[in-house]
Amino acid sequence: MSPQTSLFTGPIVRAAARDALIKLNPSTLIRNPVMFVTAIVAALSTVLWVRAIATGSGTAAFEGQIVFWLWLTVLFGNFAEAVAEGRGKAQAASLRATKADLRAKLLDGRVVDASALQIGDVVRVDTGEVIPADGEVVAGVAFVNEAAITGESAPVIREGGGDRSAVTAGTRVIADWIEVRVTAAAGQGFLDRMIALVEGASRQKTPNEIALTILLAGLTLIFLIAVGTLPAFAAYAGGSIAVPVLVALFVTLIPTTISGLLSAIGIAGMDRLVRFNVLAKSGRAVEAAGDIDTLLLDKTGTITIGDRQAVAFMPLPGVSEGELIASARLASLADETPEGRSIVVLADEKAPGGEGLPAAAEPIAFTSQTRVSGLQIGERSLVKGAVDAVMRRIPNARNADALKQISDDIARTGGTPLAVADGERLLGVIHLKDIVKAGIRERFGELRRMGIKTVMITGDNPLTAASIAAESGVDDFLAEATPEDKLAYIRREQEGGKLVAMCGDGTNDAPALAQSDVGVAMNTGTQAAREAGNMVDLDSDPTKLIEIVGLGKQLLMTRGALTTFSISNDVAKYFAILPAIFVVLYPGLGALNVMGLGSPESAILSAIIFNAIIIPLLVPLALKGVTYRAADAGSLLARNLAIYGVGGLVAPFIGIKFIDMAVTGLNLA
Amino acid sequence: MTFAGWTLIFVFIALIIALAKPSGALLFRLYDSRPLPLEAGLFRLAGTGPREQSWVGYAVAVLAFNIAGIALLFAILKLQGGLPLNPQGFEGVESWLAFNTAVSFVTNTNWQNYGGETTLSHFSQMVGLTVQNFLSAATGIAVAFAFIRAFARSSVATLGNFWVDMTRVTLYLLLPACAILTVVYVAMGVPQTLAASVTATTVEGTQQVIALGPVASQLAIKMLGTNGGGFFNVNSAHPFENPTALANFLQMLSIFVLGAGLTLTFGKAVGNLRQGWTILAAMLGLFLIGVTVTYWAEAAGNPIHQALGIAGGNMEGKEVRFGIAATALFAVVTTAASCGAVIGMHDSFMPLGGLVTMFNMQLGEVIVGGVGAGFYGILIYAILAVFIAGLMVGRTPEYIGKKIEAREMKLAVIAIAVLPLFILGLTALASVTEAGLAGPLAGGPHGFSEILYAYSSAVGNNGSAFGGLTGNTPFYNITLAIGMFVGRFGVILPALAIAGGLVAKRRQPEGPGSFPTTGALWVGLLAAIILIVGGLTFLPALALGPIADHFQVAAGMLL
Repeated sequence: MSPQTSLFTGPIVRAAARDALIKLNPSTLIRNPVMFVTAIVAALSTVLWVRAIATGSGTAAFEGQIVFWLWLTVLFGNFAEAVAEGRGKAQAASLRATKADLRAKLLDGRVVDASALQIGDVVRVDTGEVIPADGEVVAGVAFVNEAAITGESAPVIREGGGDRSAVTAGTRVIADWIEVRVTAAAGQGFLDRMIALVEGASRQKTPNEIALTILLAGLTLIFLIAVGTLPAFAAYAGGSIAVPVLVALFVTLIPTTISGLLSAIGIAGMDRLVRFNVLAKSGRAVEAAGDIDTLLLDKTGTITIGDRQAVAFMPLPGVSEGELIASARLASLADETPEGRSIVVLADEKAPGGEGLPAAAEPIAFTSQTRVSGLQIGERSLVKGAVDAVMRRIPNARNADALKQISDDIARTGGTPLAVADGERLLGVIHLKDIVKAGIRERFGELRRMGIKTVMITGDNPLTAASIAAESGVDDFLAEATPEDKLAYIRREQEGGKLVAMCGDGTNDAPALAQSDVGVAMNTGTQAAREAGNMVDLDSDPTKLIEIVGLGKQLLMTRGALTTFSISNDVAKYFAILPAIFVVLYPGLGALNVMGLGSPESAILSAIIFNAIIIPLLVPLALKGVTYRAADAGSLLARNLAIYGVGGLVAPFIGIKFIDMAVTGLNLA
Repeated sequence: MTFAGWTLIFVFIALIIALAKPSGALLFRLYDSRPLPLEAGLFRLAGTGPREQSWVGYAVAVLAFNIAGIALLFAILKLQGGLPLNPQGFEGVESWLAFNTAVSFVTNTNWQNYGGETTLSHFSQMVGLTVQNFLSAATGIAVAFAFIRAFARSSVATLGNFWVDMTRVTLYLLLPACAILTVVYVAMGVPQTLAASVTATTVEGTQQVIALGPVASQLAIKMLGTNGGGFFNVNSAHPFENPTALANFLQMLSIFVLGAGLTLTFGKAVGNLRQGWTILAAMLGLFLIGVTVTYWAEAAGNPIHQALGIAGGNMEGKEVRFGIAATALFAVVTTAASCGAVIGMHDSFMPLGGLVTMFNMQLGEVIVGGVGAGFYGILIYAILAVFIAGLMVGRTPEYIGKKIEAREMKLAVIAIAVLPLFILGLTALASVTEAGLAGPLAGGPHGFSEILYAYSSAVGNNGSAFGGLTGNTPFYNITLAIGMFVGRFGVILPALAIAGGLVAKRRQPEGPGSFPTTGALWVGLLAAIILIVGGLTFLPALALGPIADHFQVAAGMLL
């Protein structure tokens, strides 16, 4: 993905300014009822202003300024949306470039345009070539550079048959070859969807946005009633109120601020996910992320660092620790697995100065039958492996009971015991342990405060799982978990009214991914998993599930904060405009002019200017989102109410006063 | 303001808090589906069983029952000349007035464009009005029950049965309670007789005819059912309708007791009493603000009078027996609770005191409110508040575990917009038409306040009058009746529709991540949303009425 771009770059602002004008098209504008009403009112005021000029009315200059700011209010709203879209468009352009002019090599040797490929076609991709369509590897193994979509330049292995069979159009084979069966028709692929997503072309209003739009339209209706009845009330008082003034009051009261920023907030929310290298297939999924109650997390890679590590050597009675360490070290020297390497590291720590690989040594490789590995040095065979496997090799070993005792103790604490044997002699046990990631306990504590339950999913036995769960601070665990167990767990949580998020990569994860409310598929996963989830993590990092929840919450919080700000602004606007309108009817009402604004005209003008310029001033906040921190709902509410509720009450009093000083100083009214 | 005055106010609030729990528990027993004694036989007799209704079924039953009630009451009023119990020999009531009165009593408004003792027969009062006083109160509580079920139940389609709820409330609560209250009022000196009047010789030696009638029985339900329609034209300011200070206090308590109790019925039904206490706290907080402003304004007195050497607070339009504190308290109670009974003339309050009474009604009678109506009214505001502020905790807004989505928002907006549309719309109509302008007694902003108050009272289903306005004209009879009808059913229908949607939703369990709808923060937030949404809507109109009035009086101007 393209690197972080700043909020306002020159080209984006210029393009957005142009788009703001294009978006005046009524058929676009009507999607946003409040802005649509503002535009209608602006058009009406324009007509009245032209009439005022034609009749040489003395108020034409004042009316002209109101008309100007009304249109600017609409344009600022359009501009906010265009800026948000503009950032996505820049990314879409770079994605499109990777897709341009792709050619495909069919098995029969024909070379066709990628757009002519059908689902089920099989193409061959050789070193240096770009994969022309999404598909499954059916033959071959290759290193593929997926930087075009993930931004990660380290190549990944793609091969048929397993969980790493999916390939994406636009990525490049950098070594070896593969044959790919096409699974997505031209224009329907992953890249195409990604382009549509970041561009916002296929953006639909999310359920929460629709509800909010209804509320804002409802408030507009209520203010229409409040303002629309004023001429009759004024007539009763023996006066009248000029239409431009009524218009100014109406537009400042209706929630133009949040309406102008609403779609920008939604687009920016999706964009933040994209920048985070997560693709949400719909805005609905992002909102659901904020509502998650239960997080299903894979143990390996999320809660523990991927591999187990040796933490202790436990010799049998009659065996010295030194002998066990030396033998275990020798048995592991040829073992390139992370576990094996960790044994050597621990041995060197405990007894420095161990010898190198003896010249005559032959590695004993791990097989799924023997389940042991080690080193053959002449007649001497040193092995290590699962306790039962080693015991099977040496049926009548002495000390078997003691070995069993030690290994059971280790298993009970959540560790994995590895037995070490020198020929027919049992030496002792290596204690391997899952290492819980640093800081994960604190993260789970945060999530708990936010009311989110964490569940560890692991293939380990319940004993081991319980121990790791206790160490990591996870709320619950699912041991010896099969895909069916996962699915059942999700269903159970959902029946209790909870929303569940999980991540997965394998084909057998697909049902659970589809069942969960937020299913994040790893990009390295199978095509089936990527189809089943409603988000795809391009970095294939399961830890990100936690951040995705945060991004979902931030999106909703930004929307709520700006709505609250917008509505509480109205109080100050009333105090600016009402005395200005009514002072001619009842001079006593001048006492409501608590801001001491210069004149009725300058008060009205200042209110409408404030109402317009607050939109672009809040665009950065709308795009970046409000500050999000993990906390319980009560303190989040208290904090945001203090900033956006109380701030929304106070800010316009100050803003309108300053604008009034400028307006009066410049003799604008 | 006096120490005795504040003591009265705080003792009142403390007693309401103390009574809320037993009242809520009693209402919960009626709300609950466990059968009550004798009711099975009654339902068999009526041919209805406790068959559950969907929200549509419930709404149809409410509408059908109430429209039939309007027709029946209209017929009684038209035909009272030929009906029994008519010792004064009153003729049938004029059609528009009968229409207005029928809508008024069925909608729990009890706006009275007639003088009770000079227009209506005992039959009309007892069989016509008093029956509707019971049934309109029962309707309100029944709808509140249905609304509570929307939150208490999870993933079901039905809201209970209107006929069952209504029967239970009438038979097991309102009738026995009012029988007891009637006896208590009689003991305090309220008349209960079928005689028309007595004739007395006054100190000056002239003959005075003093109207009598079955006052105590109507008084009991008028307060308990927040109806407010007095037997006498001057309502509870009449010595026979409010003989002692204790009777006055009892009347105020009975206005609030059921509305306050319903909040705890709700808390009990949703399994968290704190949810109920929180709603009650928001109501009483707003109430205390209103009382403080009114009492302060009244006690401070009228600067114009004071310039003429009349010291002290504003005693104009008040019963000297009750004085400033009790009258201010009563005025705020009766307008906050959509009761509408009065012991003083709100028209003669200081402008800011009058503003509070008007604003209480414009908020939709949610500060304790009419029995039932106040509860579902404030819950609609709660839904709005949860939606606006709930997003700020980063979750899809939910209330009592029910997600608030587009449908709820649409209906809540309708229920809330009904009030300004009809209050301001009808006020605007009256301000520019000759028929409307003929109504107010005063000119200037005070005259405007009279009109605004009338429609606020009608649409809010309060029924109190500002005084001064001549309402018994075809224009006002019709427009006020429209306002009362829409103000009642224009909220009940969306409320039941919201309930129908919510009851079908699964109830999410509450956790630390849920939006907190208990505690001080939420009380403040709910109160602020009610004040801001209500305030922003009505501030322009109020500025031209009581607020302009206030500044004129402060400047020593007389109209």
